[in-house]
Amino acid sequence: MKAAINLIFFCCAVSYAQHISSTELINKAKEYDGKTVVYVGEAIGDVMVRGDFVWVNLNDGENAIGIWLDKELAKEIKYTGSYQAKGDRLEIAGVFHRSCIQHGGDMDIHAQNLRKISPGELVKEKLHTGKRNFTIILLGILCLVLIFVRRQSSRPGQLRRPAKLPQE
Amino acid sequence: MCCGIFFKTMILKPQLQDLKNIGYYTGKIIIGIGLTMLVPAVIGLLFAEINPALDFLIATEITLIIGLILTRVCFTEKDLNWMQGMIVVSLSWLAAMLIGAIPLYLSGHWGCYLDACFDVMSGLTTTGLTLVQDLDHLSYAHNLWRHFTPFIGGQGIVVIALCFFIKGVSGAFKMYVGEARDERVLPNVISTSRFIWLVSIVYLILSTLVLGTVGIANGMKPVNAFFHGACIFMAAFDTAGFAPQSQNILYYHSLLFEVITIVIMLLGAMNFNLHYHLWTGNRREIWRNIETRMLCITIVVIFLITLIGLNQVGSYPRALIMFRKGFYQVISAHTTTGYMTIYARQFINDWGDLALAGLICAMAFGGGTCSTAGGIKALRLGIIVKALQQDLKRIISPEPAIVEQRLHHLKEIFLEDKQVRAALIITLAYLALYGVGALVGMFYGYAFLDSLFESTSAAANVGLSCGITTPGMPAGLKLTYIVQMWAGRLEFMSVFTLIGFFIAAIKGK
Repeated sequence: MKAAINLIFFCCAVSYAQHISSTELINKAKEYDGKTVVYVGEAIGDVMVRGDFVWVNLNDGENAIGIWLDKELAKEIKYTGSYQAKGDRLEIAGVFHRSCIQHGGDMDIHAQNLRKISPGELVKEKLHTGKRNFTIILLGILCLVLIFVRRQSSRPGQLRRPAKLPQE
Repeated sequence: MCCGIFFKTMILKPQLQDLKNIGYYTGKIIIGIGLTMLVPAVIGLLFAEINPALDFLIATEITLIIGLILTRVCFTEKDLNWMQGMIVVSLSWLAAMLIGAIPLYLSGHWGCYLDACFDVMSGLTTTGLTLVQDLDHLSYAHNLWRHFTPFIGGQGIVVIALCFFIKGVSGAFKMYVGEARDERVLPNVISTSRFIWLVSIVYLILSTLVLGTVGIANGMKPVNAFFHGACIFMAAFDTAGFAPQSQNILYYHSLLFEVITIVIMLLGAMNFNLHYHLWTGNRREIWRNIETRMLCITIVVIFLITLIGLNQVGSYPRALIMFRKGFYQVISAHTTTGYMTIYARQFINDWGDLALAGLICAMAFGGGTCSTAGGIKALRLGIIVKALQQDLKRIISPEPAIVEQRLHHLKEIFLEDKQVRAALIITLAYLALYGVGALVGMFYGYAFLDSLFESTSAAANVGLSCGITTPGMPAGLKLTYIVQMWAGRLEFMSVFTLIGFFIAAIKGK
C-alpha cells in the first residue's frame, strides 16, 4: 500500500516537475526553496546512515547535492561512485531547501521518492601498457644515471661530500 | 647645478659558480620532492590502483633523473650566499609545481598540463583553489597527492630538505628565510625544521584518529573515514582547503566534523613558536602574544561585520544557522584555509556585498607568522596598529616627551622604525598583489567584487572561491593566480630576488 502511494506521489511529482540541474538549483535557490523538484544524478561516495534516514550525495556532472532520504528508500542504492565504481544513477523527487532548518542551513533535498534510472557497476581497471612501458624505460635510464653518478663520485679526488660547515 | 654625488649600482652578471650552487641545491630539493611521490605510489598499489601507481612511478623516475643530473653537473662544495639561497627557494617551488603536476596530468582528471600545474601550486602554497574535473571519481593515490602537496608546502619544501637531505650547511638558514620563515623555534634551523615536522606528524596521527572515528559514527565506511580524516587534517592544518569530494566539507553533513575542522584550522594558523610554548606548558605566552590577540580581535570584528551583512540580505532563516554558516566561513577565510560549507556561487547569490567584504578582509589579513597560513599576517597588523598608537600618543604628548611603544611577541619588544617599515612594505606588497589580480579578473570580464574576492583568495593562499576558478576560466587568469599564489606564499623576497637574477643575467656586466 505504502509503495503504491509512493508511486502515485512520484508520478504526480514527475508529471509536474522537470529535471532540474544542480547549477540551476544553486543559482536560483530562492526561487526553488520549499518546492518539490526532480533531480537526477549519480550516487557518489558513502551512503551515510543517520538513524532512520541516510545522507547520499548525488552528482549530476556539474555539482553534487546532499539528499536526505528514508533508510528504506536507500536500500535501492547498490553502487556509489568512486574510482573503482560507477554509482547508481538515481532520480529523486523531493523538497528542495535553500537553507535547511533541520540540517544546520545546508542546501539539500528531502527525498520523497527515488527511482533508479540505471544501475552502477564496478569499474575494471585495465593496465595502461603505454604507462607501463614508459615506467620500465625510465627505470632503465634512472639506473644508468645512478651508475654514472656513483662511478664519478667514487673516483678519488673527483667528488667529495660537502664539508660540514658551522651553522649560521 | 647639482652638488649631490650619485652612485649608480653596477649590475653584475651571475657567475658560473652562482649557477652551480643554485643548480646543486635545487637538484637536492628536487630529489626530495621525487621521493615524496613514492608515498602516493605505495597507496595506489595498496588500493590496487595500478595505473595511478604508474603515474607516480613515472613522475618519481623523471624527478630523480633530473635531480641526480643536476646535482652531478652542478656539484659544488661551496656554501650558499643570500642571493643564491633565495633563488634556490623560488626555483624549487617552480620545479615542484612542474614535477608534481606530472601524475595529476597523467590521471586524465585535469583538462591540460596548466590546470595540473595550477592545482599543484595551489596545494604547495596551501591555497586550495582547484581545477580538477570529476573529483568524485579520483583515485585514492591522486587524492592523497592533492592533500600531500599542502602538507609538503605548508611546512615548507626547503624545511623537508633541511630535515633529511641538507645537513650541516650554513646556507640552510638562507633558504629557510627565503621560504618566508624568518623566525626560529629552536636555536638552529635544522632543529626548528624537525620540530615543525614533529608537531605536524603528532597532530596528523591524533586528528586522523578523531576525524576517522567521527566519520564512522557519521556512517562512512571505515577505510573512507580514515582516509578522509588524514586528507582533511593535512588540508586543514596546512590551511589549504582541499577536500576528497567535490562538495568540500558540505559532503559530510555533520556539525561535529565542522567543529573539529575549525579547531584544526585555528591550530594551523598559529605560529609554530606558539605551538612550542603550548607543548612546553607555557600557555601564558599564547594569551600574551600580540599575534593571538590580534587574531582574536580581527576574527570578532569581521564576524560581526559578516553577521550584519548576512542579516541585511536575510540569507538564512534562523539566527543560529546564520551564526553557524557565517562563523565557519569567517574562520576558514581568516585562517586562510578555504574550507566551505556552502556552494561557491552562494557567496555571490546569497551573501550580499557587506558579508563578502568582511570575508575579503578576513582573507587579506590571514593567520600567524611562521605558520602554514597566508595573507598579511597578524604580527604585521599588530605592529602597524602599535605604530599608529605610538604616533597618536606622540601627538597628544608634550613635545619633549619620549614615547615608547612595546609589544609582546615571544618576549617584550620595543617597537622600532625598521620593524614598522618592514611590516608596511610587505603589507603594501600584498595589497598591490590583491589589486593586480582583481584588475586582471576585471580585464577578463568578471565583476569587481567577484574579481577582488578570487584574487585575494589566491594571493593570500586561502582557496575560497566565488565561482571564477573553474577549468573553463581563461589561461591568462590561471597563470595570474599561479603567480599570485607563489609570490604570496614566499612573501615576495625570494621572488624579487629571482626576477633580479634574470635581469642581471641579461643586463649585467
